[in-house]
Amino acid sequence: MAISFDKALGEMPAQLSLYSKRSSLLASNLANADTPNFKARDIDFRNVLAAASGDQMALHTTRPGHIGGSDSLLSDPEPMYRIPTQPSLDGNTVNTQIEQAEFAENAVRYQSTLTFLGGRFQSLKLAIKGE
Amino acid sequence: MSLFDVFGIAGSAMSSESVRLNVTASNLANAQSIGPDEASTYHARHPVFSAVMQSLQGVESPGVGVRVDGIVQSQAPLEQRYEPGHPMANDEGYVYLPNVNMIDEMSNMISASRSYQSNVEVLNTSKQLMLATLRLGQ
Repeated sequence: MAISFDKALGEMPAQLSLYSKRSSLLASNLANADTPNFKARDIDFRNVLAAASGDQMALHTTRPGHIGGSDSLLSDPEPMYRIPTQPSLDGNTVNTQIEQAEFAENAVRYQSTLTFLGGRFQSLKLAIKGE
Repeated sequence: MSLFDVFGIAGSAMSSESVRLNVTASNLANAQSIGPDEASTYHARHPVFSAVMQSLQGVESPGVGVRVDGIVQSQAPLEQRYEPGHPMANDEGYVYLPNVNMIDEMSNMISASRSYQSNVEVLNTSKQLMLATLRLGQ
Protein backbone atom coordinates (compact mmCIF):
# COMPACT_ATOMS: atom_id res chain seq x y z
CA MET A 1 0.00 0.00 0.00
CA ALA A 2 1.52 3.28 -1.10
CA ILE A 3 1.30 6.42 0.97
CA SER A 4 -0.54 9.06 -1.05
CA PHE A 5 0.54 12.50 0.08
CA ASP A 6 -2.45 14.13 -1.59
CA LYS A 7 -4.87 11.96 0.34
CA ALA A 8 -2.91 12.29 3.57
CA LEU A 9 -2.95 16.06 3.44
CA GLY A 10 -6.57 16.37 2.31
CA GLU A 11 -7.85 19.87 1.65
CA MET A 12 -5.38 21.54 3.95
CA PRO A 13 -2.93 22.83 1.30
CA ALA A 14 -5.82 24.36 -0.63
CA GLN A 15 -7.11 25.88 2.60
CA LEU A 16 -3.72 27.43 3.28
CA SER A 17 -3.59 29.00 -0.15
CA LEU A 18 -7.12 30.31 0.32
CA TYR A 19 -6.20 31.81 3.70
CA SER A 20 -3.14 33.47 2.20
CA LYS A 21 -5.23 34.89 -0.66
CA ARG A 22 -7.69 36.23 1.87
CA SER A 23 -4.90 37.76 3.93
CA SER A 24 -3.72 39.61 0.85
CA LEU A 25 -7.28 40.89 0.23
CA LEU A 26 -7.66 42.03 3.84
CA ALA A 27 -4.22 43.64 3.73
CA SER A 28 -5.26 45.63 0.68
CA ASN A 29 -8.43 46.72 2.47
CA LEU A 30 -6.34 47.97 5.38
CA ALA A 31 -3.80 49.56 3.05
CA ASN A 32 -6.55 51.50 1.30
CA ALA A 33 -8.30 52.62 4.47
CA ASP A 34 -7.71 56.24 3.42
CA THR A 35 -8.14 55.92 -0.35
CA PRO A 36 -11.16 57.80 -1.71
CA ASN A 37 -13.78 55.62 -3.49
CA PHE A 38 -12.07 52.37 -2.52
CA LYS A 39 -14.51 49.50 -1.92
CA ALA A 40 -13.50 46.85 0.59
CA ARG A 41 -13.54 43.26 -0.70
CA ASP A 42 -13.50 39.87 0.94
CA ILE A 43 -13.95 36.19 0.14
CA ASP A 44 -17.15 34.50 1.33
CA PHE A 45 -15.28 31.77 3.11
CA ARG A 46 -18.21 29.64 4.20
CA ASN A 47 -19.55 29.29 0.65
CA VAL A 48 -16.16 28.50 -0.84
CA LEU A 49 -15.42 25.82 1.72
CA ALA A 50 -18.92 24.34 1.48
CA ALA A 51 -18.61 24.15 -2.30
CA ALA A 52 -15.17 22.57 -2.07
CA SER A 53 -16.23 19.89 0.39
CA GLY A 54 -19.24 18.99 -1.74
CA ASP A 55 -21.96 20.19 0.60
CA GLN A 56 -23.42 22.28 -2.18
CA MET A 57 -24.87 21.18 -5.47
CA ALA A 58 -22.23 21.76 -8.11
CA LEU A 59 -22.96 22.67 -11.70
CA HIS A 60 -22.45 19.71 -13.97
CA THR A 61 -20.78 20.39 -17.31
CA THR A 62 -21.49 18.04 -20.18
CA ARG A 63 -20.11 20.12 -23.04
CA PRO A 64 -16.96 22.20 -23.40
CA GLY A 65 -18.96 25.43 -23.80
CA HIS A 66 -20.77 25.07 -20.50
CA ILE A 67 -19.99 27.35 -17.62
CA GLY A 68 -18.19 25.30 -15.00
CA GLY A 69 -19.25 24.80 -11.44
CA SER A 70 -17.25 25.18 -8.28
CA ASP A 71 -14.22 23.14 -9.34
CA SER A 72 -11.94 26.14 -9.39
CA LEU A 73 -13.60 27.90 -6.48
CA LEU A 74 -11.09 26.84 -3.87
CA SER A 75 -8.08 27.78 -5.98
CA ASP A 76 -9.55 30.91 -7.49
CA PRO A 77 -12.42 32.29 -5.41
CA GLU A 78 -14.28 35.37 -6.52
CA PRO A 79 -13.82 38.29 -4.11
CA MET A 80 -17.02 40.14 -3.25
CA TYR A 81 -17.62 43.68 -2.09
CA ARG A 82 -18.34 44.28 1.56
CA ILE A 83 -21.64 45.87 2.52
CA PRO A 84 -20.70 49.08 4.35
CA THR A 85 -22.06 49.61 7.84
CA GLN A 86 -21.69 53.36 7.80
CA PRO A 87 -21.39 55.49 4.67
CA SER A 88 -18.47 57.87 4.37
CA LEU A 89 -18.21 61.09 2.41
CA ASP A 90 -15.30 60.00 0.23
CA GLY A 91 -16.97 56.77 -0.96
CA ASN A 92 -14.60 54.52 0.97
CA THR A 93 -16.19 51.41 2.52
CA VAL A 94 -13.26 50.19 4.62
CA ASN A 95 -14.00 49.75 8.31
CA THR A 96 -10.55 49.43 9.85
CA GLN A 97 -11.75 47.69 13.01
CA ILE A 98 -13.64 45.00 11.11
CA GLU A 99 -10.73 44.45 8.74
CA GLN A 100 -8.27 44.16 11.61
CA ALA A 101 -10.47 41.64 13.39
CA GLU A 102 -10.94 39.61 10.20
CA PHE A 103 -7.22 39.71 9.51
CA ALA A 104 -6.39 38.47 13.00
CA GLU A 105 -8.98 35.70 12.69
CA ASN A 106 -7.61 34.72 9.29
CA ALA A 107 -4.08 34.58 10.69
CA VAL A 108 -5.17 32.32 13.53
CA ARG A 109 -7.01 30.05 11.09
CA TYR A 110 -3.94 29.90 8.88
CA GLN A 111 -1.79 29.01 11.85
CA SER A 112 -4.16 26.31 13.06
CA THR A 113 -4.34 24.70 9.62
CA LEU A 114 -0.55 24.88 9.56
CA THR A 115 -0.37 23.13 12.92
CA PHE A 116 -2.71 20.35 11.74
CA LEU A 117 -0.64 19.99 8.59
CA GLY A 118 2.51 19.75 10.68
CA GLY A 119 0.89 17.03 12.77
CA ARG A 120 -0.04 15.15 9.59
CA PHE A 121 3.59 15.30 8.48
CA GLN A 122 4.70 14.00 11.88
CA SER A 123 2.35 11.03 11.50
CA LEU A 124 3.65 10.36 7.99
CA LYS A 125 7.21 10.44 9.29
CA LEU A 126 6.26 8.04 12.05
CA ALA A 127 4.66 5.70 9.52
CA ILE A 128 7.70 5.82 7.23
CA LYS A 129 10.21 5.20 9.98
CA GLY A 130 8.06 2.55 11.62
CA GLU A 131 9.48 3.15 15.07
CA MET B 1 2.19 33.02 -3.18
CA SER B 2 -0.26 35.54 -1.87
CA LEU B 3 1.46 36.09 1.45
CA PHE B 4 4.29 37.72 -0.45
CA ASP B 5 1.77 40.19 -1.90
CA VAL B 6 0.97 41.32 1.62
CA PHE B 7 4.49 42.67 1.98
CA GLY B 8 4.10 44.76 -1.16
CA ILE B 9 0.61 45.95 -0.23
CA ALA B 10 1.41 46.85 3.37
CA GLY B 11 4.70 48.37 2.24
CA SER B 12 2.96 50.60 -0.30
CA ALA B 13 0.49 51.70 2.36
CA MET B 14 3.28 52.45 4.81
CA SER B 15 5.15 54.55 2.29
CA SER B 16 1.95 56.41 1.35
CA GLU B 17 1.10 57.07 4.99
CA SER B 18 4.61 58.31 5.63
CA VAL B 19 4.22 60.73 2.70
CA ARG B 20 1.02 61.91 4.37
CA LEU B 21 2.85 62.36 7.69
CA ASN B 22 5.59 64.20 5.83
CA VAL B 23 3.13 66.60 4.22
CA THR B 24 1.40 67.16 7.57
CA ALA B 25 4.75 67.97 9.15
CA SER B 26 5.48 70.47 6.41
CA ASN B 27 2.05 72.07 6.84
CA LEU B 28 2.51 72.36 10.60
CA ALA B 29 6.03 73.68 10.21
CA ASN B 30 4.88 76.36 7.77
CA ALA B 31 1.71 77.33 9.62
CA GLN B 32 3.23 80.73 10.43
CA SER B 33 5.21 81.32 7.21
CA ILE B 34 3.99 84.81 6.40
CA GLY B 35 4.28 86.04 2.81
CA PRO B 36 3.90 89.36 0.96
CA ASP B 37 1.34 88.17 -1.62
CA GLU B 38 -1.10 85.34 -2.35
CA ALA B 39 1.11 83.46 -4.80
CA SER B 40 4.33 83.23 -2.82
CA THR B 41 2.73 82.41 0.54
CA TYR B 42 2.64 78.80 1.67
CA HIS B 43 -0.58 76.92 0.87
CA ALA B 44 -1.56 73.82 2.86
CA ARG B 45 -0.74 70.63 0.93
CA HIS B 46 -2.58 67.34 0.97
CA PRO B 47 -1.69 63.99 -0.63
CA VAL B 48 -4.21 62.22 -2.88
CA PHE B 49 -4.25 58.43 -2.52
CA SER B 50 -5.37 55.99 -5.17
CA ALA B 51 -5.62 52.21 -5.29
CA VAL B 52 -3.24 50.36 -7.56
CA MET B 53 -3.65 46.78 -8.76
CA GLN B 54 -0.77 44.50 -7.90
CA SER B 55 0.31 42.16 -10.65
CA LEU B 56 3.25 39.84 -10.51
CA GLN B 57 4.64 38.75 -13.90
CA GLY B 58 1.39 39.60 -15.63
CA VAL B 59 -0.70 37.53 -13.23
CA GLU B 60 -3.35 39.65 -11.54
CA SER B 61 -3.35 39.10 -7.82
CA PRO B 62 -6.37 39.83 -5.62
CA GLY B 63 -4.40 42.41 -3.64
CA VAL B 64 -4.67 46.12 -4.20
CA GLY B 65 -1.88 48.41 -3.07
CA VAL B 66 -2.00 52.16 -2.61
CA ARG B 67 0.06 54.98 -4.03
CA VAL B 68 0.24 58.74 -3.75
CA ASP B 69 -1.21 60.15 -6.95
CA GLY B 70 -0.02 63.63 -6.21
CA ILE B 71 0.06 66.46 -3.71
CA VAL B 72 -2.63 69.10 -4.11
CA GLN B 73 -2.45 72.59 -2.66
CA SER B 74 -5.42 73.88 -0.73
CA GLN B 75 -7.47 76.48 -2.62
CA ALA B 76 -8.94 78.01 0.52
CA PRO B 77 -8.49 81.80 0.68
CA LEU B 78 -5.52 83.08 2.65
CA GLU B 79 -5.99 85.26 5.67
CA GLN B 80 -4.86 88.85 5.22
CA ARG B 81 -3.58 90.75 8.19
CA TYR B 82 -2.89 94.47 8.41
CA GLU B 83 0.66 94.81 9.75
CA PRO B 84 2.33 97.84 8.16
CA GLY B 85 5.41 97.48 10.34
CA HIS B 86 6.09 93.91 9.17
CA PRO B 87 9.12 93.58 6.85
CA MET B 88 7.06 91.30 4.54
CA ALA B 89 4.13 93.74 4.29
CA ASN B 90 3.09 94.83 0.79
CA ASP B 91 2.43 98.42 -0.34
CA GLU B 92 -0.95 98.55 1.38
CA GLY B 93 0.52 97.22 4.60
CA TYR B 94 -0.96 93.70 4.43
CA VAL B 95 0.74 90.37 5.03
CA TYR B 96 -0.70 86.97 4.00
CA LEU B 97 -0.94 83.98 6.35
CA PRO B 98 -0.94 80.34 5.14
CA ASN B 99 -4.33 78.59 4.99
CA VAL B 100 -3.14 75.77 7.25
CA ASN B 101 -5.92 74.49 9.51
CA MET B 102 -4.28 73.21 12.68
CA ILE B 103 -7.21 70.98 13.65
CA ASP B 104 -7.28 69.36 10.20
CA GLU B 105 -3.55 68.77 10.35
CA MET B 106 -3.58 67.25 13.82
CA SER B 107 -6.43 64.87 12.98
CA ASN B 108 -4.67 63.97 9.72
CA MET B 109 -1.53 63.21 11.68
CA ILE B 110 -3.33 60.90 14.11
CA SER B 111 -5.15 59.13 11.26
CA ALA B 112 -1.91 58.64 9.32
CA SER B 113 -0.04 57.26 12.30
CA ARG B 114 -2.88 54.86 13.18
CA SER B 115 -3.06 53.60 9.60
CA TYR B 116 0.71 53.16 9.58
CA GLN B 117 0.50 51.16 12.81
CA SER B 118 -2.21 48.84 11.52
CA ASN B 119 -0.16 48.17 8.39
CA VAL B 120 2.92 47.37 10.47
CA GLU B 121 0.73 44.93 12.40
CA VAL B 122 -0.40 43.28 9.15
CA LEU B 123 3.19 43.02 7.95
CA ASN B 124 4.36 41.49 11.23
CA THR B 125 1.55 38.92 11.29
CA SER B 126 2.22 37.89 7.70
CA LYS B 127 5.91 37.57 8.42
CA GLN B 128 5.20 35.26 11.35
CA LEU B 129 2.84 33.17 9.21
CA MET B 130 5.46 32.83 6.49
CA LEU B 131 8.15 31.84 8.96
CA ALA B 132 5.79 29.26 10.48
CA THR B 133 5.12 27.92 6.97
CA LEU B 134 8.85 27.60 6.36
CA ARG B 135 9.23 25.55 9.52
CA LEU B 136 6.42 23.20 8.41
CA GLY B 137 7.19 19.52 8.98
CA GLN B 138 10.26 20.07 11.11
